[in-house]
Formats: sequence, structure tokens, C-alpha cells
Amino acid sequence: MKFPLHATTSALLLTALLSSCKPSGSPGSSKAATELLNVSYDPTRELYGEFNAEFAKHWKKQTGQEITIQQSHGGSGKQARSVIDGLEADVVTLALAGDIDILHKEGNLLPADWQAKLPENSSPYTSTIVFVVRKGNPKGIKDWPDLVKDGVEVITPNPKTSGGARWNYLAAWAWATHEYGGDQTKVKAYIANLFKHVPVLDSGARGSTTTFAQRKIGDVFLSWENEAHFIEKEIPGETEIVYPSLSILAEPPVAVVEKNTERHGTTQLATEYLKFLYTPEGQEIAGKNFYRPRNPQVLAAFSNLFPELKLVNIRDEFGGWEKAQKDHFADGATFDQIYAK
Amino acid sequence: MSRRRIIPGFGLSLGFTLAYLSAIILIPLAALFIKAGQLGWSSWVKLLTTPQVLAAAKLSFGASLAAAFFSAIIGLLVAWVLVRYRFPGRRLFDAMVDLPFALPTAVAGITLTQIYSTHGWIGQYIARSAAWLNERFHPGGWLGDLLAEWTKKGACYSPLGVFIALFFIGLPFVVRTLQPVMEELPKELEEASATLGANRWTVFRRVIFPTILPALITGFTLAFARAVGEYGSVIFISGNLPLKTEILPLLIVNQLEMFKYEAAAVIAASMLIVSFILLLLINLLQRRLNWRAR
Repeated sequence: MKFPLHATTSALLLTALLSSCKPSGSPGSSKAATELLNVSYDPTRELYGEFNAEFAKHWKKQTGQEITIQQSHGGSGKQARSVIDGLEADVVTLALAGDIDILHKEGNLLPADWQAKLPENSSPYTSTIVFVVRKGNPKGIKDWPDLVKDGVEVITPNPKTSGGARWNYLAAWAWATHEYGGDQTKVKAYIANLFKHVPVLDSGARGSTTTFAQRKIGDVFLSWENEAHFIEKEIPGETEIVYPSLSILAEPPVAVVEKNTERHGTTQLATEYLKFLYTPEGQEIAGKNFYRPRNPQVLAAFSNLFPELKLVNIRDEFGGWEKAQKDHFADGATFDQIYAK
Repeated sequence: MSRRRIIPGFGLSLGFTLAYLSAIILIPLAALFIKAGQLGWSSWVKLLTTPQVLAAAKLSFGASLAAAFFSAIIGLLVAWVLVRYRFPGRRLFDAMVDLPFALPTAVAGITLTQIYSTHGWIGQYIARSAAWLNERFHPGGWLGDLLAEWTKKGACYSPLGVFIALFFIGLPFVVRTLQPVMEELPKELEEASATLGANRWTVFRRVIFPTILPALITGFTLAFARAVGEYGSVIFISGNLPLKTEILPLLIVNQLEMFKYEAAAVIAASMLIVSFILLLLINLLQRRLNWRAR
């Protein structure tokens, strides 16, 4: 059969038409210089809702300029991927440094030393991993060894799909390393034992929250401290928080996506926006939304929410995100080994 | 053959079809295979033969086949009732069949988990019956393990949960492909068979069933294809335990989450190839049935 000419032409025409409506990311995008897009992860929705209003007020007072700040929320890794694929983020505020590193590696959207641009490793607020138990703590959970007692069920998301859950895993690993004096076999045995007590691995942190709080499955929920407080606020009188003897310092980082802001002409605005997180006003909002403020005075004001506990950080304990990722969550690494046996 | 066609617009419609198929299906598919091709053959083999991938493949294809098979049986029954009988509320039931199409799959997953978990409306009875059966009969072995699992978790967080979710999303495909065919069945055919002395069972088996079988297979195929790719509802009810209740689409997300696009593409491409072969086989079977029916 002969292919009619106009079939081919019209096909070509249509393809051309379709490809001309390319997604944003091409130069000359028409975003106004008074618009800011903050691409963040799931449990910061309330935090940035409040912070954006405050910053807009502050900016208006300083410059007389009206600005609009838009928020986007989702799983941390998914959000990073969207930015690489062309989501026009001016700033990213994600759950782990690894998800911002990838913006440099895959898209060259910001410089390699992004984490040195702002104080405190570019993490204006921190959190940690705590235990959420049922009201009255019926199983008597006090510390990590209690999680592997007979009949105790632990809820944690899958560290492969949930960036937040990787902190849970590392917190357990850090405790075991200290407990067993670095004996790798014993540490691995503890972690393997711990995951034998996990009946379901939800794909994300909010999924696990539902499993534990709504579906009443499990005795202990390993959770970020801010999420634990959030559960107490949303479902009062059902749960309580238990602080283990040792946990990990979770440092959710923030960064200006320079390649995007240069095009939008928002570099200065974006930088000021992130710097405002470090001011007493910004720190106060972080504290109110259950993130630990870096500022010692503001932290002291919230001491009833954030009791002191021994915290290790990822650089000293695991040699940074990239190494931790490779040692524990890559294919065939320690997490896969638990289930391979 | 440059003979003029009777129906006009061949050029334009073919052009549009080609452009549409290219933009929406062929180009993304080609991109997928190009991405997957960036890894060498040995990496493909290594990636696909890990116990985790093999276990997930077994669950994904196994549960999908089982769910499509059950959808076919129950769907036939539902379509039969909706087409053959008139009863109050029939229109309502008819509309309800479409709900799994319209419902966001995540909502379906969360709802099913809620109902079938140990504290849920149905799950608690499944858990209790499993406990009772285990105590009464002590079956031991794999059956004992299965009952113990159901006692502990209800119908969720196990392959059974995956099956339930896939059955839920697959059913409307069977019902909707069967309904029009069954409505068109000429009454005369059945009457003729009856006058020739066939009893009701024989009429169904020899006259009705062969006529609707191709549509039934189409419904089965659609339900199966949909089930293999289903992600949203399954991840909530499956529990995502490695080697036990992980489905293949979850492993793809795992790889994406680690920014390993090529590995994700390899799993996706392999899934496509296997599904394509299975669908092709089913199509061939259908052809033969059609030909024999003639």
C-alpha cells in the first residue's frame, strides 16, 4: 500500500504542533521577579504556610514590594526529581541533603558547595527520630531494645521509597553501633531483628501515620519528632511520645536553585527568603510547627516540646549522606541484606 | 494501489492516528527502551535475577492472573444479572460497576485496607475465622502458616490483600465488555435450542457461552493488563514487605527514588515485554476460538 503524501505531512505538522508546547524550562520563561516557588516535602506544609505569610509581610515592610510565594509539597525524592525534570523551583526545602545533591549532579542547577552557602549546613531547623506509642504506653517501650521484645510491633515506612524513613533506619543503626561498640555483626543482627517486628512497610511517612494512628496497627511508630507532635495535635489523647536514649540529628536542608533564580531574576529574593528562616521570627515559626529551632534562645523557649537527648549527626556517624546511602540503601546494601537471608 | 477510496478522509485520519500514537505511545515507549538500553545486557540479567525482582514478578503476574480470572467469573455473573433480570435498583447497581474506574486508586487502596485489616468491618471476621479454623483443624504446613498470617493481619499486608485490590479494579472491565454482547444475544437462538430439546444448562453451555466467550476473554485481558500496572491501590494494602508482598511497580519506584533511571527503565521494559507476550498469546487463543465458533 502506498502511503498518501498528506498523511505524512499532517502527521509531521501535528507532531511539530505538539512539540512546540514544550514544558517550562526553556529559556525566557515569563515568571515575574516577585514570584517565588518553594518546592518542599510533605510535613512542612503547615510550617511554610505560616512562614510565607510572615516573610511576605517582612518583605513588604522592607521594600514595599508585594510578593507571592507558592508552595509545592510531595515526597522529598519525588520533588527533587520534578525540579530536575523542569519544575521551576526558586528554592528547595527538602528532607535530606542527598535530594539536593542530586540537583547538582543530575541537573547542575546549583553549585556543588550549596550546603556551605547558609549557616548550620543550610539546615535552619532540625528534628530527630522518636517513638510514638499508644496512650499509657501499654507495652512499656522506653528505648531501642524494647522494640525487639516478643509481641511488639513496629511501624516504619520503607526506607527505599521514603526519604524520611532512612533517618529512622540510621537512628536505629546509630544506637546499635554505640550499644555494641561498633560490632558490625551484632548491629546487623539487631537491625534484622527490628525489621522482623515490622508488619507493614508503607511507601511514605504519612501512610505509616495512617497505619498506626487510624488503623491501630503496631505498638511503636518510629517517627520524626515534628510528625509525632503533629499526630498528638490532630488526634489528641491517643498517643504519647517516648524519647530513646540516643537518636539521630535530622537536618532538613534548604537551598536556592541558582540556575532557576538567575533566569527568573529572583536570586536576591530567594536568598533573603531562606535567610529569614534563621531570624528569631523564622525560628519561632519553625518551633511552633514542631521543628527544633537552631537559635538557642528560641529553642529554650520551646523546651517543653523538645527535651534534650543524645543526638549523633550523619557526618560523624555515617560519613555523610552519600556514603550512608551507598552503605545502607543501595541495591544489595544492608537494608536489602535483612530480607535476603 | 492508488485507487480512490470510497470513504473520504483517509489521509487526514491516518495522519492524525499516526501523530497521536507517536506522541502519546510510541515516543515515550521508545524513550523507555532507549533508557533501558543504556545498561548492558549483563546488567539486565543481574538486575532481573535478584531474588527481590523475581519474587515481585511472581506476585505481580500471579496475583494479576488470579484477579483477572476471578474478575472474569464474578464479572460474568454480574453482567448476567444486570442484563437478564429487571429489579428495583438495577440502574443504580449498573452505575456502581463503574466506580472503580472513577475512584482515585489511592482512595480505593486506603478504603480497602481500612475494611480488610484486623480492625476493619470485614477483616475482623476474616481474622477470627482464620483463628477458629486454625484452632479447630490444626492444618499445619503452608495452610497453617497462611491461616496464622490471616489471623494476625486480616486480609491486608499479604498476597491476599494484593489480590483483593486487583480484583476490585479489574471487575468493571469484564462487566463492561460482556454487557453489550449479552444484550445483543438473539432470543431466537435460545428459543430454537429449547424447541430442539436442549435443557437450560445445555443452552448456556452450547449456545450462550461460546458466543460470549471472546468478549469474556477480552474483559479478562483488559483486567489483567490493568492489574499488572496497578500501583496506587496496591501499595496501601500490600504492606510492601521485601520478597513477600512487593509488586514490580513498587520496585520501579524504589529505583527512581534512588535516582537510578536506567534500572527503573529495565524493570519497566521487562514488565512490558512479558505482558506483551502474555497478551499476544491470549489474543491468539481468542482468534482460534473465534475461528472455531464460525
